[in-house]
Amino acid sequence: MSDSKLNENGEKNSKIIEMTCIVCPIGCHLKVKVDEDGKFLSVTGNRCPRGAEYAKQEVTDPRRVLPTSVRVKNGELPLVSVRTESAIPKRLIFEAMKVVKSIEVEAPVKRGQVIVENLLDTGVNLIATRTVKKLT
Amino acid sequence: MKKVKYDVVVLGGGAAGMGAIKGALSENVKTLLIEREASTGGVLNQCIHNGFGIHVFNQELSGPEYHEMYLEKLGTFDAMYETTVLKVDEKHNLLHAISKDGVYEIEYGALVLATGARERPFEALRISGTRPAGIFTAGLAQHFVNLENKLPGHKAVILGSGDIGLIMARRLTLEGVKVEGVYEIMPYQGGLTRNIVQCLDDFNIPLHLSTSVIKVHGKERLEGVTVAKFENGRPVEGSERFIECDTLVASVGLIPENDLVKEIVEIDLSEGAVVDDLMRTNIPNIFAAGNNVCIHDLVDFVTMEGEMAGKNAALVSKGEKLPERKAIIKEGNNVRILSTKYTTASQAFKLYLRVSKPMGTTALYLNDERIKVVPVAKPSEMIELTLDPSKYKMRGKVILSALEVGK
Ligand SMILES: Cc1cc2nc3c(=O)[nH]c(=O)nc-3n(C[C@H](O)[C@H](O)[C@H](O)COP(=O)(O)OP(=O)(O)OC[C@H]3O[C@@H](n4cnc5c(N)ncnc54)[C@H](O)[C@@H]3O)c2cc1C
Ligand code: SF4
Repeated sequence: MSDSKLNENGEKNSKIIEMTCIVCPIGCHLKVKVDEDGKFLSVTGNRCPRGAEYAKQEVTDPRRVLPTSVRVKNGELPLVSVRTESAIPKRLIFEAMKVVKSIEVEAPVKRGQVIVENLLDTGVNLIATRTVKKLT
Repeated sequence: MKKVKYDVVVLGGGAAGMGAIKGALSENVKTLLIEREASTGGVLNQCIHNGFGIHVFNQELSGPEYHEMYLEKLGTFDAMYETTVLKVDEKHNLLHAISKDGVYEIEYGALVLATGARERPFEALRISGTRPAGIFTAGLAQHFVNLENKLPGHKAVILGSGDIGLIMARRLTLEGVKVEGVYEIMPYQGGLTRNIVQCLDDFNIPLHLSTSVIKVHGKERLEGVTVAKFENGRPVEGSERFIECDTLVASVGLIPENDLVKEIVEIDLSEGAVVDDLMRTNIPNIFAAGNNVCIHDLVDFVTMEGEMAGKNAALVSKGEKLPERKAIIKEGNNVRILSTKYTTASQAFKLYLRVSKPMGTTALYLNDERIKVVPVAKPSEMIELTLDPSKYKMRGKVILSALEVGK
């Protein structure tokens, strides 16, 4: 924004947001520096570059991988576990669950098989995370 | 009775057992898996959430994906499913097992124990009140929801903030069950912080620390629970609150599963099998790996332990002599759990420890020597150490301790 104040170093006033990186179970404690408009500036505390990406994403548009399951017809199991291939916007999680609950797939299901293409126009597919054989 | 003979027998086919099979096969020995269930995978089958495989596959997978991908690396191997071992006769290197097609006597050159852990039952908490339908352990609820497509109820209270409870809070919420809150008797969380963030905070589910259920209500079906604040292990008078719910999910800990061998293998106070840096128990041809040794947060480390146990078991079955134990490793100040209790000091090895209370910047000491500093230390998160005998003195008694050095 044009009207933001500058501090004595001629920079915009920044603040630190503390968060836990959830990209992997190590859970690094991140200190994310953002400017007064909430724009990402820098991050410390991440053990790997994925943590930096996460911090940047989290302060702009938080996203999550959705793991859940879908009903299977004629399968050895009544359900197949699924997840979004990559993270989708957090605000769409419940809408995505509505889609997930409305569908049923026919066995056999292969791991990696696309169950829903381009889920809610996110550009992300919902994929099966296990094999379910056909009931014989 | 049928008799069979193998160089290495692996008991339990979860992540640790599959790792042991891989380790043993890498030494080209005749290897058999014995598994109680109809397939491999163990707890991975019901853990449909993501968070597995960062180290082994370099990507974030769900439990079932980790299972299938690791299984593909294994190729073919001999296995007996739906088979229960009744007795380990360590004097004669024999197992007595029963399967659908009869009773077996199985002779082994070396044995790997990979039986995982069981859930601490709700009854162990001795909470007063009735025992209506609607009380589940978290793992059982997870099994119903994720494998059988059954929901436990409509409104749930979660007791205990261990990872399974946190993951079930999210899972139930996504499935349309109202999760009223998570209640934890300790002043700190039991599970990983990432699970607090993505399972509770994301869905505005409150976590109540220093609070627990003190009474269960309801005749046939659960009608509610009374919760109270806790101080110094006792409920605070006047802090009681009634919560209406039809489901209580207890996530109050895992116990290493060693029932079958507790008379013969050295077991520690937390009920884990005691092993050295070669994953060997007190019996030279019996090895152990995975959650039956100590409860792990990360499957990747369980796999690595399993692989090492299997490889060393194979070497022993071929008649190779492994190095002897040189030092005992003990929990010092602020350290509650160690994955390895003895070392042969023959190679650098990984050890996992848990601290006994939450601390800020924490220094870890091997006897008087500072060997690592971590930015935060929490009982819920294992700390990994690499101990290299060429760097540190490892003879006699080695004490590992933790000291908070900053906030
Ligand atoms: C709910 C939950 C969530 C988790 N989340 C994560 C995560 O996000 N990321 C991560 O990396 N790790 C996670 N973990 C940790 C990791 O998945 C486990 O530590 C690991 O899979 C345990 O493997 P295991 O082989 O030791 O035990 P198990 O998987 O329990 O396997 C033991 C096997 O032994 C069999 N068995 C037991 N007794 C006998 C007997 N007497 N005879 C024959 N067979 C027997 C059982 O049937 C079972 O198949 C999680 C664990 C749990 C419980
Ligand atoms: S920063 Fe890297 S190592 Fe740390 S939690 Fe995130 S992904 Fe894991």
